[in-house]
Amino acid sequence: MRRRRLVPYGLLGPGLLWLAVFFVVPMFFMGIVSLESGSLSEGFALTWEFSNFGDSLSSFDTQFLRSFLYAGAATVLCLLIAYPLAYAIAFRGGRYKNALLLAVIAPFFTTYLIRTIAWQTILADQSPAVDVLQFVGLVADDGRVLDTAGSVIAGLTYNFLPFMILPIYASLEGIDKRLIEASKDLYASARSSFWRVTLPLSAPGVIAGTLLTFIPAVGDYINAEFLGGPGQAMIGNVIQSQYLVIKDYPVAAALSFVLMGVILLAVLAYIRFAGSESLMGEEAK
Amino acid sequence: MKAWRWLKDHAIAIYGGLAIAYMLVPIAVIAVFSFNDPEGKFNFTWRGFTFEHWSNAFGIEELNDALSTSIQLAALSTVGATILGTLIAMALVRYEFFGRRPANFLIVIPMATPEVVIGASLLSMFVYVGVATGFATLLIAHIMFSISFVVVVVRSRLIGFDRGLEEAAADLGASPLTAFRTVTLPLLAPGLIAAALLAFVLSLDDFVISAFNSGQTVTFPLFIFGASQRGIPVEVNVLATILFILTVMAMVAVVTQQRRADRMSAVRPD
Repeated sequence: MRRRRLVPYGLLGPGLLWLAVFFVVPMFFMGIVSLESGSLSEGFALTWEFSNFGDSLSSFDTQFLRSFLYAGAATVLCLLIAYPLAYAIAFRGGRYKNALLLAVIAPFFTTYLIRTIAWQTILADQSPAVDVLQFVGLVADDGRVLDTAGSVIAGLTYNFLPFMILPIYASLEGIDKRLIEASKDLYASARSSFWRVTLPLSAPGVIAGTLLTFIPAVGDYINAEFLGGPGQAMIGNVIQSQYLVIKDYPVAAALSFVLMGVILLAVLAYIRFAGSESLMGEEAK
Repeated sequence: MKAWRWLKDHAIAIYGGLAIAYMLVPIAVIAVFSFNDPEGKFNFTWRGFTFEHWSNAFGIEELNDALSTSIQLAALSTVGATILGTLIAMALVRYEFFGRRPANFLIVIPMATPEVVIGASLLSMFVYVGVATGFATLLIAHIMFSISFVVVVVRSRLIGFDRGLEEAAADLGASPLTAFRTVTLPLLAPGLIAAALLAFVLSLDDFVISAFNSGQTVTFPLFIFGASQRGIPVEVNVLATILFILTVMAMVAVVTQQRRADRMSAVRPD
């Protein structure tokens, strides 16, 4: 019996150790690096330089703000596109359900970079899509789409859309259809049955989807890199260039930490506000 | 009036159809532009139809090297992540143990961390400890970020698993090993394959974490990023289209297999 009790730890051990050593421990090292001072040529030394945090935050506050703004806008757009689509697949999909789900995840089967570059092609100056937008009057006749906030937000929306659709679909699919029928038997109109039964029951999916879209979008730099101009740089672009181009490791590490911290706060506030423990498919046991 | 009614009844389906079309547009663009015959180095405007780049699909050496590096990396990280992730999922679903919450947290948190932070922190460690970045560090990173996704997929499959079938095998005299080999594994196979496929695609697709930890190693996405500054060869579109078709086929096969397994486990008296 005693031996049996150790079995789960034996199963968990290797995988969790891997996550601990290559996910948790690196965070500590990044913490150390963020408190260093010096330069690449002279070497870095740990001097408990807490000012790195304040300095990096004040030098790049525009990019921080912009990242949260863009990611927030993209998350709202994703929700507006994803909910009706997930609803259509779950309740009207019929025998095409699997095919439709395959179409939803199909974008994942082409490399992220190539997808984004495809949008660069679609939104390039003088492309047919831009001509249409100009004709309809959504874009000024001599206006551009590429290198604007709009194109970066559009790219983020596109790239993270499946992360919004799948959790919402999963929670809609899990709803006991008899509850919806019951509300109709009790003379609820289609509209009030949706607002008072279906929507609340799918809330966990909406919450999970929002987080799974917002978090990667905040840290993203591919969309800003390919679809935005210098005026659309996000915090991910800053971290990337500080780390890999300028090689100012302490500033880059401090920025990453602040980003992580702000996201964590936002997530906690969101969970408190939305009041759900069913975060990311972690079912109550 | 009739048309209006029809539109109202089908609004949600029409909206869904449009959304699906929107999701597939870039894929169509990639495929169409693999037949393009661009004038300069940049494959952004349509110039004319040609099969040239399809017949030359494997004609660019650096691109081939990058793709084969990516495939090796994806294969190895898939094996690693699938084994580690499946073991974790087994423990989570089949055992009660102390420390479930922190274990769950450790699995969820990498999925909720921006890639740029994961990449930067790993590089911080490698630089600090003095490990040279390259294929090995890429493999470490790819296994790390795939584990959580494998756990999620396999766990959802294990939750719906009917343990009565294993018990029946034992009642009929099967040893635990035989029961595992003849009952558990075949029923779990679709879930494992789906998880492995996901890990493979995640690895093949990763750019951000790889950009931090690749050293001199060039993967397929890293090649594309490097080439994007000076013009991406049309062959990239060709290979992307081929990869897309292969993954869709694999995915369809997995779904079909999953259905078969479901039918198989459904054959029992209630």
